[in-house]
Amino acid sequence: MQISLFVTCYNDVLFPATGIAVVKLLERLGHTIIFRPQQTCCGQMHYNTGYQRETIPLVRKFVELFADDEVIVSPSASCVAMIRDHYEKAALMVQDSQLLVKVKQVVPRVFELTELLVNKLAVEDVGAYYPHRVTYHPSCHSLRMLRVGDAPLRLLQRVAGIELIELPNRTECCGFGGTFAIKNSQTSSAMLDDKVHCVLDTGAEICTAGDNSCLMHIYGGLHRRKEPVKTIHIAQILASTREEPTA
Amino acid sequence: MSVHIGNAENAPSFPRAARAALINTQLRTNVRNATNIIQAKRNNMTGELPDWEELREAGHAIKNHTLKYLDLYLEQFEANVTRAGGMVHWATDADEANQIIGNIIADCTGKEIIKVKTMTSNEIRLNDYLENSGITPHETDLADLIVQLGNEDPSHIVVPALHINRTQIRDIFQKKIPLHELGIDNLTDDPQQLAEAARLYLRHKFLTVDIGFSGANFAIADTGAVVVVESEGNGRMCLTLPDVLITLLGIEKIVPTFRDLEVFLQSLPRSATGERMNPYNSIWTGVTPADGPSEFHVILLDNGRTSVLANGEGREALNCIRCGACLNVCPVYHQTGGIAYGSVYQGPIGAIVTPQLQNLEHSRSLPYASSLCGACYDVCPVKINIPEILIFLRGEIIRDEQRTLLGKFQLENIAMQAMALVFSSSGLMTTAEALAKFAQGPLVHDGIINRLPGMLSGWTNSRDLAPMPRKSFRDWWFQREKDKDQ
Repeated sequence: MQISLFVTCYNDVLFPATGIAVVKLLERLGHTIIFRPQQTCCGQMHYNTGYQRETIPLVRKFVELFADDEVIVSPSASCVAMIRDHYEKAALMVQDSQLLVKVKQVVPRVFELTELLVNKLAVEDVGAYYPHRVTYHPSCHSLRMLRVGDAPLRLLQRVAGIELIELPNRTECCGFGGTFAIKNSQTSSAMLDDKVHCVLDTGAEICTAGDNSCLMHIYGGLHRRKEPVKTIHIAQILASTREEPTA
Repeated sequence: MSVHIGNAENAPSFPRAARAALINTQLRTNVRNATNIIQAKRNNMTGELPDWEELREAGHAIKNHTLKYLDLYLEQFEANVTRAGGMVHWATDADEANQIIGNIIADCTGKEIIKVKTMTSNEIRLNDYLENSGITPHETDLADLIVQLGNEDPSHIVVPALHINRTQIRDIFQKKIPLHELGIDNLTDDPQQLAEAARLYLRHKFLTVDIGFSGANFAIADTGAVVVVESEGNGRMCLTLPDVLITLLGIEKIVPTFRDLEVFLQSLPRSATGERMNPYNSIWTGVTPADGPSEFHVILLDNGRTSVLANGEGREALNCIRCGACLNVCPVYHQTGGIAYGSVYQGPIGAIVTPQLQNLEHSRSLPYASSLCGACYDVCPVKINIPEILIFLRGEIIRDEQRTLLGKFQLENIAMQAMALVFSSSGLMTTAEALAKFAQGPLVHDGIINRLPGMLSGWTNSRDLAPMPRKSFRDWWFQREKDKDQ
């Protein structure tokens, strides 16, 4: 299948290894990846902070750029949630009926990586090998907006060599919340404290998730405490093989 | 019209108030313990119902329908209360409601009232108003009594004393209740002893005070009945023993028919206290000779509600049945407790109700007091999409700020406009990325960023940040494409 990658702005710039992992993983499963270089950002930060008018050009850009793609994948639950939950609303807000039509055409074709694999492509065993102790943090957007359910865990359970440890109190937010982490930095940090303690309680070497934004936050807390636990996007675990293991 | 929501107009911003709460470890422990217990009970009670999701859907539909025809249902309710011998008063705002209540009490002989737990009375600050008029209000709900005696602010819409533990309660009782007169010599922090002390203290009030005061959980349009649900029996006493009963309720408390209770009397107790049913469900209609109060007044309170109703995007906030489930599940509330919200309505629901009732003139930091994690929406028994309304209110605030020159030149707005420009084309994004990599140079120490300037210091106060890697994803992609071609 031909799959178009929406890598997202922060993965592109801050976490390139995640995008690379998605490409390698999907190619390994026999798919062809296309990358449209004009892509930038889904507009989530602006939209959620209240700059909704400023999001409109990004909505327009996205639906025009991906108009002809049959399947679009993104390794970010929160960006997919932005597209799925808010693009239609944004089009309605500016009363642009043409935009609304395009949004309705494109949005159902956008998938978060784990839901694409499990629900659309019906794969659970991706042939990965990752011999580490791993705990999985279900990000709020994957859990409560996209409702990916246990898709990520089913994928992880089939990874050879992995030791999965359940994260205590896993459904509670890590405290990132985009600009919330800045505007309410102390409350956000207190939430992070709780999450970091839960991660440490597992004794895992690796904390993984479907969102690098949460992982950036959790990593920030772990590293500040000089804890050696690493954070890594689920795509990088699924892309890891015996021949080419993810570090 | 002057809308007052407790003292919210004078409350500090959420981030400032939260700071004080976050360093109070006792408060945070109390909040965490209490919310954990209630939440576990709530999850059991909702989980055992196979039709829980249908109940939520039904509650949502009934409330939406009622809001749509609220004018008609309010008039129907008024007519039916009047027919049953009650008196209906309409109050535009907090001041008017206080005056109406004050006038009713002035016509009575007593100078004291006994109160059932009433959110709207906190909203209009009735107790302050009455005390200034020489009338003594007695809270009879145990938690409200603790808050009143301790001169505390309520921190939870269902469990207002949630932030206070039993040792603290014992201290408050020892100071404020004449224990010796009640025959109590040695009060410990044993819950049973504390409850017994409160019971003895209140019993005398129940038997002597002849004006009762309540709010309402529901008001039924087609019968004119009013509904109060509670756990302690204090409500039943206040509603039946006094000669005069005054009920204050927000206009959004109406449900069309008696039958609609079938939904809410299941979803409310399960969500609020994790009980299948409230121990006391009081439903009364007007007055009945020789049975209960002989005089019954209902005050229908607007206090900003009609302006919320006029707002298509935010009006669902009025669907709230005040169960508090969104507070108990909220990770922000877990850290700060309720007082930081600066309102009688705390937590996620407070963050959409308080600013809206005040027409966004105050409490503008509240819509930002959320990580938008969505847990509140998941538990709401009437399916209020709180995160959506929070985002909408943020938009209203930003659009409002952008109308002024000062707002346009605010650092955040400038940064957001710059980012919007950067994202307008991939070329600009690549340029900005190159600039950022250059700029981050001096900030990176030992391969990590641990101090950022300006508003970004909010991040690095407690968190490190990995620097931007040398090559972006698109660098890798284009390199690979090039290698393929060769």
